[in-house]
Amino acid sequence: MAERPRLRRVAIVGASLAGITAAESLRARGFRGDITMLGAERHRPYDRPPLSKHLLSGGWAADRTQLRSTEALAGLDLEWRLGQPAVWLDPVARDITLADGSTLGYDAALLCTGTTARQIPHPAQLSGVHTLRTLDDALAIRTALDRSPRVAVVGGGFIGAEVAAEARRRGLSVTMVEALPVPMSRGLGQRMGQLCADLHLRHGVDVRCGVTVRAFEGDRRLQRVLLSDGATVDADLAVVGIGSVPATDWLSGSGIELDDGVVCDPFCRTSAPGVYAAGDVARWHNGLFGVRARIEHWTNAREQAIAAVGTMLADYGAGDAPAPYSPVPYVWSDQYGSRIQVAGRPSPHADAVRVIHRDDATDATVAVYRDGDTLVGALAVNAPKLLLPYRRMIAARTRWEDALAVR
Amino acid sequence: MEITVDPDKCCGYGDCVLTAPELFDLGGDGVAVLLVEEVREDQRADVEAAAASCPVAAIVVHG
Ligand SMILES: Cc1cc2nc3c(=O)[nH]c(=O)nc-3n(C[C@H](O)[C@H](O)[C@H](O)COP(=O)(O)OP(=O)(O)OC[C@H]3O[C@@H](n4cnc5c(N)ncnc54)[C@H](O)[C@@H]3O)c2cc1C
Ligand code: SF4
Repeated sequence: MAERPRLRRVAIVGASLAGITAAESLRARGFRGDITMLGAERHRPYDRPPLSKHLLSGGWAADRTQLRSTEALAGLDLEWRLGQPAVWLDPVARDITLADGSTLGYDAALLCTGTTARQIPHPAQLSGVHTLRTLDDALAIRTALDRSPRVAVVGGGFIGAEVAAEARRRGLSVTMVEALPVPMSRGLGQRMGQLCADLHLRHGVDVRCGVTVRAFEGDRRLQRVLLSDGATVDADLAVVGIGSVPATDWLSGSGIELDDGVVCDPFCRTSAPGVYAAGDVARWHNGLFGVRARIEHWTNAREQAIAAVGTMLADYGAGDAPAPYSPVPYVWSDQYGSRIQVAGRPSPHADAVRVIHRDDATDATVAVYRDGDTLVGALAVNAPKLLLPYRRMIAARTRWEDALAVR
Repeated sequence: MEITVDPDKCCGYGDCVLTAPELFDLGGDGVAVLLVEEVREDQRADVEAAAASCPVAAIVVHG
């Protein structure tokens, strides 16, 4: 067997949640070598969920989104290369090239470049059309909201929903444009999607389903949105939340296998030796559900980064053999003062969902989802406590009937 | 020993509740709450384990 290279230099590409968690985990597990954090953005690691919540509302200043204090970061003893993206990785030479042409050698690299927001093409000179992925995006949208615009939200997913809720909180007129017949129905099914849609309707959002955007129009500034059904929506601000694209362009041609993200084995290894991936960008086979997928949620970015570091250290002889990474996905969203939480992998099929709790007084709902006769997902609206046991049961592959028996 | 939970940070998934159910619960608003007025010294290990389990470091043990 070839002699195992020593692990002296780790490069972490993507200085966000997965990246900083990995750096912390390396140090916590005793790695004393060099860690270089490469980040396309000029910001130190910050948290994204507050961007569409506390930051948009003005409740938080930008610096409160910092994931770690300056002192905590200093204690990690990291080398920072912020404000310029990595543009190339050579898995044979084991080096990474940055936009300024400089290169950085590594023994092991962790790819956690996340995703970018999917765009709708529009004339570049037309202002007022935004996506929401970065701190800079959020600050620009907040500034736009402060001018009391008429708002069009394109996409009824979590990000669109949170923007709509904030705009309504400010008393602005909001039109939501959703391509599906019911928002969120691809993930949660029609019935539970309708529950989410009802939140918008109750708060005065003009929800247009089954239509897409044909064009954004205006004279330099956005004035109206043309829809596929021929309707026109007057708007000064459009926020487009129609999904995201894994940030892997810079890897194409590198030899690292890509397929809607960086393809990983169940231990977070990519196809190149010494290269690992974690967070929104990683796509792997989750043995718990038997599916190959990416998870674009906060909790996963953190847990997967820790798992990837475990594999990395083990591969270099500095830790125990890892277990396959097979988490129960989890995401939450705050809208109109309601908290929506989803655990596991809900199925959109109508016969797969069962509402097991409903309380009109607190507007609380809990629904569970099955795949065949196994519990695979749970949704809670305003009922965080009731979700807890199902999280455990999903991880344990509990039979549907047994799950329903627990009340 | 004083324990605080930062409600703005807490994401309400209840890792702390699963770790130390006798000390933490989730409130109706989805924020973790401490169940006891005073954490005894013999519960220190439990409360520290709960704080360590919190993905967002919302639980801080003072003293
Ligand atoms: C507005 C918003 C609200 C959200 N709300 C929630 C929520 O309520 N609950 C929830 O569970 N999840 C939420 N999420 C999702 C959650 O934030 C993500 O799952 C998480 O940020 C993923 O972390 P990551 O480190 O994998 O990737 P990211 O956070 O996307 O970070 C990737 C980093 O890599 C950098 N990068 C990209 N390409 C390169 C390159 N070539 N070279 C160097 N650096 C590069 C990027 O600039 C970025 O900083 C939200 C996301 C957004 C945008
Ligand atoms: S573990 Fe942390 S984030 Fe999770 S419920 Fe407890 S305090 Fe909140």
